[in-house]
Amino acid sequence: MIQLKKINKIYEDGFHALKDIDLTFEEGKINVLIGPSGCGKTTTMKLLNRLIDYTNGELTIDGKRISDINPIDLRRQMGYVIQSIGLFPHMTIYDNVAAVPKLLKWDKQKINKKVDELLKMVDLDPEVYKKRYPNELSGGQQQRIGVIRALAAEPKIILMDEPFSALDPISREQLQDELVKLQEEINKTIVFVTHDMDEAIKIADQIILMRDGQVVQKGTPHQLLTSPANAFVEEFIGSDRLEQARGLPPMTAFVDEDFPYAKIDQSVEDVITLMVDHKKDQLPVVDVADKYLGIISLYRAVRATDKTVQDLLNEDIIAYRRSAEVEKFVASKDTIAPIVEADDTFIGVLDQDLLLENLHDKFDAKSGVKS
Amino acid sequence: MEFIIELGRYMADHSSELVSLTIEHIFMVLYAIGLALIVGVPLGILAAKVEKLAPLILSLVNILQLIPSIAMLAILLLYFGLGTQTVVIGLFFYSLLPIVRNTYVGVKEVDASVTEAGKGIGMTPLQLLVKIQFPLSIPFLMAGLRVAAVIAVAVATIAPYIGGGGLGRQIISGINLQNDIYLYAGAIPAAALAIIADLILGLVEKKTKKRFAN
Repeated sequence: MIQLKKINKIYEDGFHALKDIDLTFEEGKINVLIGPSGCGKTTTMKLLNRLIDYTNGELTIDGKRISDINPIDLRRQMGYVIQSIGLFPHMTIYDNVAAVPKLLKWDKQKINKKVDELLKMVDLDPEVYKKRYPNELSGGQQQRIGVIRALAAEPKIILMDEPFSALDPISREQLQDELVKLQEEINKTIVFVTHDMDEAIKIADQIILMRDGQVVQKGTPHQLLTSPANAFVEEFIGSDRLEQARGLPPMTAFVDEDFPYAKIDQSVEDVITLMVDHKKDQLPVVDVADKYLGIISLYRAVRATDKTVQDLLNEDIIAYRRSAEVEKFVASKDTIAPIVEADDTFIGVLDQDLLLENLHDKFDAKSGVKS
Repeated sequence: MEFIIELGRYMADHSSELVSLTIEHIFMVLYAIGLALIVGVPLGILAAKVEKLAPLILSLVNILQLIPSIAMLAILLLYFGLGTQTVVIGLFFYSLLPIVRNTYVGVKEVDASVTEAGKGIGMTPLQLLVKIQFPLSIPFLMAGLRVAAVIAVAVATIAPYIGGGGLGRQIISGINLQNDIYLYAGAIPAAALAIIADLILGLVEKKTKKRFAN
């Protein structure tokens, strides 16, 4: 756990960048620092790996004062992902990912194993990519490498400074989805800086909204959306999102448990029949233990009846926990939202008609134009 | 036409002598450039790292470059006497500017985000320099090395005036005897050396650039 108590940062020219910051970054959560430029969000993050030192106050990591930790050791224990990616252009992908383990003098075999494992985690084939140079990869691929470089030495804490803002919208969404999915596996304490509210709502467990060096409001996305602290928060979140979110019941209220689903060992033809019978163009797929695996779509299935369900599986569509907030789905661009228990057991699918009805009612109530 | 045939015949007859002069020429240049790398790269890095020293170091090597070559060698002659060592020192001074300046620029030009990433993952300042900043400045350094080599090959032709050897000896005897054939027999290999050095180092430079370009 990272705790900031009455942290102040005053630069030599007298600029008061941070004013009495009190914050807790919780373990295993994605903590998003957000605010307009110059609000101090990046400064706050850089205090954590001592790229910037605070003027007064107290900053502790697991109870230990950060000023007592050697900055070089501290940084090696933390992952760091930056906006401009910052891969080392003269090193191969392998050497880039292995940078911190090498600094920590891990043995070669262990490093090699770790690099392979990480590349697989972000769906890049180690055999293909390990020997390539960063400039041979697309922007999205490069930032995937940037992210796994930060994970390489198994840090407990990862700092991410607007990591996706330089990417095109499609790669950005993909990487956001992957990060959420990844976090379920790795459970790191992530401190994520952004200025994009959609991104924050989508990935955050805790959002910390800052302005002029002060924390204006902190809480879950749901809390911020449903009870913004003041006019600034409302304005920053934007009226559209507030409208959408105000009073939406949690995910549980929209579970459609009768939604058909396919089993991984079924034949593709059976699955097509199932889809046609139920007039669905995509179905969730579960394994033998009813754990959610991915989505199969009708368009892909009819073109490849000779393949197996496994081949056609789209694993990029993430499942939502029963307790998740509906806003996460509303903020995403997915067309289907599988809902699972904490152990990935498939429960059903978000009933979008019901959700739409709910949204519709709210808009009507607000606008007062339509009946 | 007759002149070319005669020149060809002369060069063929004196080939072993010309080859040994060429080798001597190459070695003078190599020693000088090697020395310039050993001294110039650390100076360039120092200038890039300690901003206060940069104007001092850069203007010093600039001034060295401004002294006319014959004057430079004459001055050095006073301190180091006649002989090849004096020529090598002179060539070394001439090669210093492109190497120091390009190392300085190369280290300065390293993308700030790459440096920040290196610092952020916990590299010490020395590791940052050795693993990131210096390797990334190599394409610039190669460009400097190329300029230095070409200059050194050219300047080395006046070596015989201060007791050095190399192809200059052939050229100067041509001038003294007013014999075109002698002169060309020295000048052509010297020019070829400069062109070859330029081509080879140009290729190396391109290769390093391609590798490091991002």
